[in-house]
Amino acid sequence: MNQMFYEFKPLNIGRFLIWSFFALLLLAAPLLFTSSLDQTMLSQMGIAIIVCLSYNMLLGQGGMLSFGHAVYSGMGAFLAIHTLNLVSNGALPLPVSLVPLAGGLGSMVVAVVLGWVTTKKSGTPFAMITLGVGELVWAMSLMFPEFFGGEGGISGNRVTGSRPFGITYGPQIQLYYLIAVYTFVCTALMFAFTRTPLGRMLNAVRDNPERVEFIGYDTQKVRYIAFIIAAFFAGISGGLAALNFEIVTSEVVSGYRSGAYLLFTFLGGATFFFGPIIGAVLMVLAFVLLSEFTKAWLLYLGLIFLFMVMFAPGGVASLIMMNLRVAAFGYLRKLWVSYLGLALTGLTVLLGAAVMIELVYHLQLNVALGPEMPFLWTSLHADSVNSWFGALFVMLTGLGLFEVCRRQYVREWGEIQEHIEKEIKRRETL
Amino acid sequence: MEFYTISLLNGISYGLLLFMLSSGLTLIFSMMGVLNFAHASFYMLGAYFAYSVTELVGFWPALLLAPLLVGVLGAGFEKFFLRRVHKFGHVPELLITFGLSYILLELVQLVWGRGSVDYRVPEALEGPLFVLYGTQFPMYRGFMMLVALMMLLAIWLLLKRTRIGLVIQAALTHPEMAQALGHNVPRVFMLVFGGGAALAGLAGVIGGNAFITEPGMAATVGSVIFVVVVVGGMGSLAGAFLASLLIGVLQTFAVAIDASLMSAVQVIGLTVTPDTFGYALWKLKLSQVAPILPYLFLVLILIFRPKGLLGTREG
Repeated sequence: MNQMFYEFKPLNIGRFLIWSFFALLLLAAPLLFTSSLDQTMLSQMGIAIIVCLSYNMLLGQGGMLSFGHAVYSGMGAFLAIHTLNLVSNGALPLPVSLVPLAGGLGSMVVAVVLGWVTTKKSGTPFAMITLGVGELVWAMSLMFPEFFGGEGGISGNRVTGSRPFGITYGPQIQLYYLIAVYTFVCTALMFAFTRTPLGRMLNAVRDNPERVEFIGYDTQKVRYIAFIIAAFFAGISGGLAALNFEIVTSEVVSGYRSGAYLLFTFLGGATFFFGPIIGAVLMVLAFVLLSEFTKAWLLYLGLIFLFMVMFAPGGVASLIMMNLRVAAFGYLRKLWVSYLGLALTGLTVLLGAAVMIELVYHLQLNVALGPEMPFLWTSLHADSVNSWFGALFVMLTGLGLFEVCRRQYVREWGEIQEHIEKEIKRRETL
Repeated sequence: MEFYTISLLNGISYGLLLFMLSSGLTLIFSMMGVLNFAHASFYMLGAYFAYSVTELVGFWPALLLAPLLVGVLGAGFEKFFLRRVHKFGHVPELLITFGLSYILLELVQLVWGRGSVDYRVPEALEGPLFVLYGTQFPMYRGFMMLVALMMLLAIWLLLKRTRIGLVIQAALTHPEMAQALGHNVPRVFMLVFGGGAALAGLAGVIGGNAFITEPGMAATVGSVIFVVVVVGGMGSLAGAFLASLLIGVLQTFAVAIDASLMSAVQVIGLTVTPDTFGYALWKLKLSQVAPILPYLFLVLILIFRPKGLLGTREG
């Protein structure tokens, strides 16, 4: 029976649990990971979560593929660092904890101006215009060294202003908790936004703009307002980044940065609200750890992205949700052997391919260091045919076995989906 | 006078190069609805291929071989990657080309190194073509213009005078109907994508040695050709031609003019000092503003003529 009335639900236990868990996670993370590298990474993750979620407000909810989101996070960062310097000079009596808000409001103003042009179109032209506007701001950042600081950027000092309860934001851990509070509040606000009539209209504009126009809404206005709100959150994240690094260079408005937001929001999963959170965590891990680990990380990133777009366009989040559905119907234990097989053979392929890629990089970049290349816990000889053939053999074997496992898995997956469909039908008839 | 003529010629040759790139992009876009983000990467690939082929067999074979290689790569990418995500819609299609641009950039750096390579103009084309008011106009610039114009003519003939051109035009507007009439539309798509990539590769062959062949070359023209496509009107080949020339000439002139707003108002007797409000804006020279002019142009076009110069559809 269809419900024709709105039923007020006083307490949604599942949602309450998830949000409490999220808050606890933010609270407990620096207690579990205590080294200073971990704490910087956790701070960066918080910042990235806000900006990826704000990006997904455009991409996932509004269907607006922006190539210039870094303009808003970057302008937020610049405005925040200028505000911080005003506070340091004593010209502005503002507590440091509110500086990110200044960044958010500032980039909102930027979005009011630039967004009006940008949101005139949707779809592919929108993507091209954001790219153009992004390039415009990036080129301007080198033109006005008074505001953007030229090559050296603009630096500030976050230990300034009033000190409520002795909090100076000097130690990283204090700043982390500020970022955590902002992350939690912004995430909650952005989730709340998806439940507002405007958020729902935004989904409608994404799915069927023509129909929305017929009902009497102005699609451009809906996109425009959503764009401004997204810019506000992006600006907050930029402001937090300014506090975190205490320096802002013109790199923060570059197209490279915008590309990274797009890439990781998509990898995390644009179709679910929590997808960008996963993407943001992956982004920081990739930028900080993977880039330390291997020189070829951009190549790996590009390849992962390519395969994700081809085989899992819903990102990591959609993979999780699909398996949750299988688990909910109690079929997951049938699949774990296949998953084990896939993981093992996949790792074999990865090992072989990685050895070859690393060997090529070694030959190209580290010729001066000699042909010996350390790899994992062994050392490989880049000149010897053995290492090349070994790697090729490992990769091809892995590839063959992977294909066998994949076919088995696809068959099982299909059967399970059929069972689930039947089960759903059966429950409906009850 | 001399300055205007030479700048105009340089601007036109740069504009024609931009057109070689944007024509492929426009064709691919209007046909498949795919905004090919890796288009400028194909341009870069063309230059690097030409560099390697020139080392092996010389420039003239490279002029033919490098675009062909790039075209085959493009067609292969369409067949094995792009076609598979077609069912997911336009955004994944755009994203997969975006991912490709990352991979191509990284691969190029892997094979040819992170610096620029020494890809030179062939000896037969060195030297001046003619001397105008005492300034030499390089022969290679003339060659670039010739190649671009010949390519323009070839595309036009192909689209308007041949059978395959007829099918392409039909598939452009009514893909289902063309398929129903028994034409292999996916193969036409593959050909167009490969052809567009080959055009970008050709632009790379003749542009790589006129400018500089380095891993950053894709990024420098990449966003400009998107501007060209939007300014000209999405999917309009004639519009792309007009916009390429306009932007080419605009940028070339702006780079060469050393005037600022300050000097302009000084002509009518106003003085601007560092204390004047907005001094940062007043003192900017036109040559400094040159990099952002295409984007400013884009914004102005979007405000005053949203469908582009010669575009027919809006949105």
